[in-house]
Amino acid sequence: MHTVTRPIIIFLCICLVMLLLFPAVGSPFYTELVTRIMILSIFTISLDLLIGFTGLVSFGHAAFFGIGAYLLAILFNDVEHINYWWSLTLTLSMTGMAALVIGWLSIRTSGIYFIMLTLAFAQMCFYFFFESPHFGGDDGIFLMNKPEIMLGSRQLVDLENEHHYYYFVLAWLVGVYLFLSMILRAPFGHVLIAIKANEQRVRALGYSTPHYKLVSFVIAGTIAGLAGFLEAAHTSFVTPAYLGWHESGMAIMMVILGGMGTLFGPVIGTFIVVLLQDFLPGFTEHWKLIMGGIIIGVVLFLPNGVAGLIYSLTNRLSSKSKEAGREHV
Amino acid sequence: MIAPSTPPLLIAEGLHTYYGDSHILHGVDLHIEPGETVSLMGRNGMGKTTTLRSIIGLTPPREGSITIRGKDASRLSTHQIIRQGIAFVPEDRGIFPNLSVLENLNMAARKGPTGRDEWTLERVLELFPRLGERLTNMGNQLSGGEQQMLTIARALMTNPDLIILDEATEGLAPLIRLEIWVVIRHIKSTGIATIIVDKDINALLPICDRNYILNKGEVVYHGKSRELLENPELHKQFLGV
Repeated sequence: MHTVTRPIIIFLCICLVMLLLFPAVGSPFYTELVTRIMILSIFTISLDLLIGFTGLVSFGHAAFFGIGAYLLAILFNDVEHINYWWSLTLTLSMTGMAALVIGWLSIRTSGIYFIMLTLAFAQMCFYFFFESPHFGGDDGIFLMNKPEIMLGSRQLVDLENEHHYYYFVLAWLVGVYLFLSMILRAPFGHVLIAIKANEQRVRALGYSTPHYKLVSFVIAGTIAGLAGFLEAAHTSFVTPAYLGWHESGMAIMMVILGGMGTLFGPVIGTFIVVLLQDFLPGFTEHWKLIMGGIIIGVVLFLPNGVAGLIYSLTNRLSSKSKEAGREHV
Repeated sequence: MIAPSTPPLLIAEGLHTYYGDSHILHGVDLHIEPGETVSLMGRNGMGKTTTLRSIIGLTPPREGSITIRGKDASRLSTHQIIRQGIAFVPEDRGIFPNLSVLENLNMAARKGPTGRDEWTLERVLELFPRLGERLTNMGNQLSGGEQQMLTIARALMTNPDLIILDEATEGLAPLIRLEIWVVIRHIKSTGIATIIVDKDINALLPICDRNYILNKGEVVYHGKSRELLENPELHKQFLGV
């Protein structure tokens, strides 16, 4: 599934063009909604690196999303002119450090124990912020100003402008996708993919698998921190719910629904879940039942998620066009 | 002047290995010289695979020692032992199904610890031309024989001094088996030491310099192939043939 075929590249390019054009046709409300979906997509793509490629099912990934968001809100709460470069570097390096510590302790376990340990760490973080009045407690914390992206004295992007912010997040989404694609095509990525298939075999090939798993965990945690940073800068508000098990569970659901081990699948999964959450309540108050039914249906009938369906459809289309080409000759 | 003798490539002494409370190996001793081909024989469940797994640390022994080129390797982890120039071909054909043939091979590519570097991708594909035709195929798209070839090819890509082959030809079609034995002979001719576990005694004995027979986790026989061929009683007693 990690191989990106030519039809998939075409599909992704079409999606990118649609996203580029959306602000021109979409209402401000939906432009903002898609901005949030893209931020969450960065978060779920990072989780796919763990679940879909390394075989580490983390149930506490939201901790890094929340830590990234809180770091921006806490460290730059009353700063009038927040330097984007400085705040981003500080937030990501500190989130990366948190991922290093949590990962170092967690990757010693596997399977259900890994799931429980990551969940426990995330809940510890959740309750720390929930019970800290200094950081807003259960009410959360506001960010008074958005970061300013300056190059010298010139403002490159105005993050107060909804359209600017939309394209800024889209650029990050594409950047994260390309970065992770590059990693996964490199020998390092092959080791991660092999670990998912059979960790013992990878060790028997001379690789220290815990190191690779830890690096993967830190990369995924840092990218989740980036998503948290973008979310805090977008909404100017951070709440402990960002770190809760519910957020982690939703992210896992989005990854599974979209298709694990594809990178673009989680983006599709995020779009589906958030849009369903937006549309379904307008039809019935029991919308969660319908949403549950849709998720059960996808899991039962599309074991590789929506991305798996796209793979099989594009494969079928390309083989048909090849046959037609042969007949024509 | 007498040239200083090179230490044995691998010495395993007094290995006692357990699975939980089950005592599987009862003090297995084994050694292999550089370039030597050695077989490990015995009926099913006698501890052959456990011995191999103990040597490379996948199932670490509770007692005993492993020495590689005269240096103690007992406390090393699997990847550190492997990096000493040992390649392992497991009985379940340890390919990575979610990687392509080329990715499977490239993942293993490295120089040996003694500087050995003759096994390049080109040379490996010369030995296994069938893999060359399937470089972009995923591991799970290969036949059983091709998977076994890929596992051996991948082991060679690490430029090892010792290859451990567990059930090298198990479950393969007769023609593929012949191909694998030809490859093993070729590996022997290049000076790579080999430990082979296989049930095909007729193919195994002519290749091997020495043989070990395991029975209930103990080495019950150790000797040259000719001695073993001349002693059919041993075959009946410990190998069931």
